[in-house]
Amino acid sequence: MTTKRLLRSARTGLVMSTAAAALMLTTVAVDAETLRWARVGDALTMDPHSQNEGPTHTLNHHIYETLVGRAVDGALTPRLATDWGISDDDETVWVFTIREGVKFHDGSDMTVEDVVFSLDRARTTPSGMAALHAAVEEVTAVDDTTVHVRMSGPAPLYVQNLTNTFIMSKAWAEANGVETAPNFAAGEEAYSVRNTNGTGPYMLVERDPEVRTVLQVFEDHWDAAPEVTEIIYTPISEAATRVAALLSGEVDIVQDVPVQDIARLEQTDGIRVVRGPENRNIFFSYDMASDSLASSNAEGNPFASPEVREAMSLVIDRNAIQQVVMRGESQPSAAPLPPFVNGWTEEMHAFGDPDLARAQELMAEAGYGDGFSVQLDCPNDRYLNDEAICQALVGMLARIGVSVDLNAQTRSLHFPLIENWETDFYLLGWGVPTFDSQYVFDFLVHSREGSYGAFNGSRYSNPELDAKIEALATMTDLEERDALIAEIWDEVMEERIFLNVHNQVLAYAMRDDINLDVHPENQPRMTTVTFD
Amino acid sequence: MIAFILRRLVQSVIVMLTVALVAFSLFRFVGDPIASMVGQETTLAERAELREALGLNDPFIVQFWSFVARAATGDFGISYRLQQPVMELILSRLPATLELALVSGILAFLFGVGFGVYTALRRGNWLSGSIMTISLIGVSLPTFLIGVLLIWVFAVELQWLPSFGRGDTVYIGDWWRTGLLTESGRASLILPAITLGLYQMTLIMRLVRAEMLEVLRTDYIKFARARGLSNRAVHFGHALKNTLVPVITITGLQMGSIIAFSIITETVFQWPGVGALFIRSVQFVDVPVMAAYLMLIALVFVVINLVVDLLYYAVDPRLRVDRANARH
Repeated sequence: MTTKRLLRSARTGLVMSTAAAALMLTTVAVDAETLRWARVGDALTMDPHSQNEGPTHTLNHHIYETLVGRAVDGALTPRLATDWGISDDDETVWVFTIREGVKFHDGSDMTVEDVVFSLDRARTTPSGMAALHAAVEEVTAVDDTTVHVRMSGPAPLYVQNLTNTFIMSKAWAEANGVETAPNFAAGEEAYSVRNTNGTGPYMLVERDPEVRTVLQVFEDHWDAAPEVTEIIYTPISEAATRVAALLSGEVDIVQDVPVQDIARLEQTDGIRVVRGPENRNIFFSYDMASDSLASSNAEGNPFASPEVREAMSLVIDRNAIQQVVMRGESQPSAAPLPPFVNGWTEEMHAFGDPDLARAQELMAEAGYGDGFSVQLDCPNDRYLNDEAICQALVGMLARIGVSVDLNAQTRSLHFPLIENWETDFYLLGWGVPTFDSQYVFDFLVHSREGSYGAFNGSRYSNPELDAKIEALATMTDLEERDALIAEIWDEVMEERIFLNVHNQVLAYAMRDDINLDVHPENQPRMTTVTFD
Repeated sequence: MIAFILRRLVQSVIVMLTVALVAFSLFRFVGDPIASMVGQETTLAERAELREALGLNDPFIVQFWSFVARAATGDFGISYRLQQPVMELILSRLPATLELALVSGILAFLFGVGFGVYTALRRGNWLSGSIMTISLIGVSLPTFLIGVLLIWVFAVELQWLPSFGRGDTVYIGDWWRTGLLTESGRASLILPAITLGLYQMTLIMRLVRAEMLEVLRTDYIKFARARGLSNRAVHFGHALKNTLVPVITITGLQMGSIIAFSIITETVFQWPGVGALFIRSVQFVDVPVMAAYLMLIALVFVVINLVVDLLYYAVDPRLRVDRANARH
């Protein structure tokens, strides 16, 4: 009996000391930090120019690099370009000074030729980035460190469009037959979809789409070495599983935290939640121009009446939506643009308490005292709690007699309604990747013609305003330009083209010894991660 | 015999074509793939161009015909979402689904038969009672909830098993990737296999129990007991053997549904199989993948039914006799 116990205790001791040795080994190897990162979906492709889509860019930013970067406060930072500006001689030319001593993952040097090639590839269809470079006429290498981009006219904000346009190796692209971005219609897989050769801080070592992507630190990177040396990226589509994986310690960072879990995670030991405003505002808009509405029993078009639009803005209770629907996780605002975008003002943002009596008066004045019916089209899988926001509005509008028939459906059915002008009343969310109001005007306010007004579902058309919006694109005096932006916003707010609800707030949850800030474009960089 | 197989094959082709037709007519209600394929900056003209290039403007029947014509040569096109050939994509995900289905099918069969026999023999004792009750809960709770509950208990609270994924995998041959040969792969398989197999297990258990009770009342069991055979020989040699015929049939047919309905389990556990692929494809309106997946599932059912029919033909002598007589 005793000998047995002795033996057992000796064995336990042995196991313990082995464990201690193993522990010491791991503490010695502290330099190698692996970060396991989960979010809802995977990057669609590794090709740097194929898709203009958030998760795709987010992952590619670790492998490829852009000329200029975007810091968490929205400011531009030097990346592969050390300096940039409009040419002194010609205001249609942008001059970029390219960083020297940059290497691709295959060991070759990055040259201005690669930059020219990449910008050309990005602006040629079928690249998904082409729309951002539509005003580019020609890209040329002037000397070993300078690239000139000649625009069709003065384009003072062009550099803002470059924060997601990656630089790739010309020789590598040619060797692998990917001189242009992959073509959907071509029907075959391009080499660049699962293989990469960038200049970024990490190299792709394993790519198993929708399962696992492993990145390893690139030793020859030009910048300071990041603390994270290995990234294991796993998409987990189910919200409950994603949170469970964090709680069980199987992942270190969860990027898309479900709104309902934020409060609980904050109270969990060992978990930290960070929040920040996202570059995306959520608003309602309506057909203001048609003679009558297809989905309404009303005579004429109620949304054409300024009184009705004002009445609606008086009954929407943004604070209630924030507290009840969003559980506090949003920034209620009347301004139809995110707060860090150029052109945002405190006055646009402010809104008063709901005023039912005044709203009812206005409805009566407009001749709709008895209300009307209308269909509200809403996505149910695109924005945070999108369908619930619409449901909340249905109740609020009922108070002024507007009987809303809610049509909530998947995004692929919702967005074509706006594109084809088949909706009278809809919810839309909008991000401003250029951080400038012109982007909002171009897509949402300008009359629909050519590349303008693609998401202008309000059918609003004002030739005078259109002319002002077009003028913005080529104004180089930034003060004058800001004044014009303010002027356009005055008109847009006055007309109540948008019934804004709030700005979305992002939350990342992570192990509590990890530090990572929320990125306004929801593109966290694991190079910025530090450990306590 | 050959005529019989040929007739079944022709019928199978018709079934497949019908499935393709129904699937294709449904795709038009799933939405517009273009919206998810291009960025928000894309102009309306460019969207229209892409739609034209993908043939989405063609009349329904033209789209259907070109799909069938290409599918006949094994070409299912390229995924709109992942930009990889659809066939390659599905083949790379299929082993995960098949391994999960197989393991959960085997578990369901073993435990179903075991519990079924036990509850039939030990009617009324407390263990049988609790097995019956628990199995009832297993059937009534939705798969999704069972999965989340298991994750919560075994992954988050106890931290015994992984909550998602397939663990490490190794290749067998060129394309079959298995998780069965690695420790983390086997650990990852446990929770999804239980989730997926629970319903089938209950079904088999109740079937075995009912059949056993039926058989135990028959005369030949009484004769066997009268002959003084041991309980073991009576229960397993005579009773169980005679209950298994319908059980095997049901289990075989259920294999098809396990593969087809692994969608929910795969989504909950982020299992990289074809079911999860299908769900993501629906959200993205990835028509080529959806079409190929539905064809694959149709093929699975058709093949299983064909095999079952052939087995009947081989196993049941009466069928052969009837046919032989009919020919005269």
